[in-house]
Amino acid sequence: MGQLTSGERDLAGLVLVFMAVIGIAMAAMGGMEPLGIHGVMVLLCSVGLLFVLMSSAFGPAPDPARLSKYYDDPIKVGVGFTLAWAIFGMFIGVWAAAQLAWPSLNFDTSWASFGRIRPAHTSGVIFGFGGNALITTSYHVVQRTSRARLADQFSPWFVLLGFNLFCLIAVSGYFLGVTQSKEYAEAEWYADIWLVVVWVAYFVLYVRTLARRKEPHIYVANWYYMAFILVVAILHIVNNLAVPISFTQAKSYTIWAGVQDSMVQWWYGHNAVAFFLTAGFLAMLYYYLPKRAERPIFSYRLSILSFWGITFFYMWAGSHHLHYTALPHWVQNLGMTFSVMLLVPSWASAGNALLTLNGAWHKVRDDATLRFIMMAAFFYGLSTFEGSFLAIRPVNSLSHYTDWTVGHVHAGALGWVAMITFGSLYTLVPSIWKRQRMYSATLVEVHFWLALVGTLIYVFAMWNSGIIQGLMWRTYSEDNALVYSFVDTLVAMYPYYIARAFGGLLFLIGAVVASYNVWMTVRSPSPAPSPAGDDLPIGEHSATVPSAAE
Amino acid sequence: MDFTHDTIVAISKSWGLFYLIGFSICVIVYTFLPSNRKRFESAEREIFDKEDGPWK
Repeated sequence: MGQLTSGERDLAGLVLVFMAVIGIAMAAMGGMEPLGIHGVMVLLCSVGLLFVLMSSAFGPAPDPARLSKYYDDPIKVGVGFTLAWAIFGMFIGVWAAAQLAWPSLNFDTSWASFGRIRPAHTSGVIFGFGGNALITTSYHVVQRTSRARLADQFSPWFVLLGFNLFCLIAVSGYFLGVTQSKEYAEAEWYADIWLVVVWVAYFVLYVRTLARRKEPHIYVANWYYMAFILVVAILHIVNNLAVPISFTQAKSYTIWAGVQDSMVQWWYGHNAVAFFLTAGFLAMLYYYLPKRAERPIFSYRLSILSFWGITFFYMWAGSHHLHYTALPHWVQNLGMTFSVMLLVPSWASAGNALLTLNGAWHKVRDDATLRFIMMAAFFYGLSTFEGSFLAIRPVNSLSHYTDWTVGHVHAGALGWVAMITFGSLYTLVPSIWKRQRMYSATLVEVHFWLALVGTLIYVFAMWNSGIIQGLMWRTYSEDNALVYSFVDTLVAMYPYYIARAFGGLLFLIGAVVASYNVWMTVRSPSPAPSPAGDDLPIGEHSATVPSAAE
Repeated sequence: MDFTHDTIVAISKSWGLFYLIGFSICVIVYTFLPSNRKRFESAEREIFDKEDGPWK
């Protein structure tokens, strides 16, 4: 907070007081209903932050020398949020997985029923873990590639903390039974409006920072971050257009009706995968992979072509979620065709990443961080191939509504999104805290194998379970009756559900190991002088102190 | 002219195709324009610059 100018401190104070007033109003209108509880939470968060602000508000004005450094304080806090949400979201995921095998784990309570903890898991990992990772790394990458400091000191905090408030309101709402019943967009109208405000601030901050750049060319990673920020705003607004039943209640109804609602939802849902879980993480890939491998990207031009391929094609692919529904057949065909075409830019990106490693494979062998990034590119290639395949209508007739979809999603979420995030964090953390390296390379290695084995167990379990499930659902006897009841399929799933929960548990343990390692890196005695030949950027203040390389 | 569902469908099925092709041509031209070669090549390498501070 010390770096905020007096004007920014005043602005932050005003915003927090305004938020506190909104919190009181929500609490007063909502009473004991979920809206009222959320009002109290907004009030507490605002007042808590106000105290933090006040504690340093009358301190000395920030040193003008700060402007010759990057603004990394929000990145440090963002790393903490990212890891905290990772552990929370993955824990809820393991719990939800365990409930499928042992249903009594809901303890006969409403708040812990599967229908409530499942969105808590998805929002926790996608928005909490993924969203914080995206915001955090985007602050890092945009400054380094633009050679410019973030445009001001207030809006990075507003975006980071505001986004986490959204996550908190969303996830706590699910436990209370609040939901719009739209997958990955369960949060209700007031949380959605807040997210729009935060997101517009994010977009403005990013554009202003890019406008200050000293590099003539905007590096391709920033294109992906921009696509992520811009398109998520559009998707979020259109899909969440809704009319609340009253300003004193959480419940709202969408303005979309019938099959149009489905189409808008899956246009949103699939592009959430595309622009939240792919574009932003490709940005990480295009920055942290070359940095870590110390090799320029194999083909910069290919990265541009695949950028436009991905942004053009993904927009149209959502309707493959609605095969064999009331959606017009030609729209289904359109979604299917674009999904298949998507393989081209997707594999171009994955291939570009793997070819970048040509000549650096010995580093992949020795450096678990680079191996995380390599494995992420591999799983990206695998899950985009699978995605195109599953979008083909006859394949979808077998796979849809089965665990195969769940396996596909987790090949992407664990293998691609989480692995590229951890690879990026292991590169970013020593760089931001000016350490030579992570606290323990062994723990990174342990984490890598936990993550990989966990993902493989999870994905293989769901492939087997999904295909068995799909086949059992479509098995007919000679007299055209279904052979298996639904309960028969559940019995067949049982061992796979246990395996899946175990695979997820390994992945969760890996995230805990990562958090410990990051914590110890931050706590470890400060700046080892930057060694020559290190793969990290050298801090200005330590550049004059040469020392032996590792 | 009535602006109906069928109008939208007709526009999507015709112009939807052409604008995508048009876009694609623009992207390919931008990517392979010889005058862009230098900036792409420097962008590829600039990220390895070790200086860890904003430029003046």
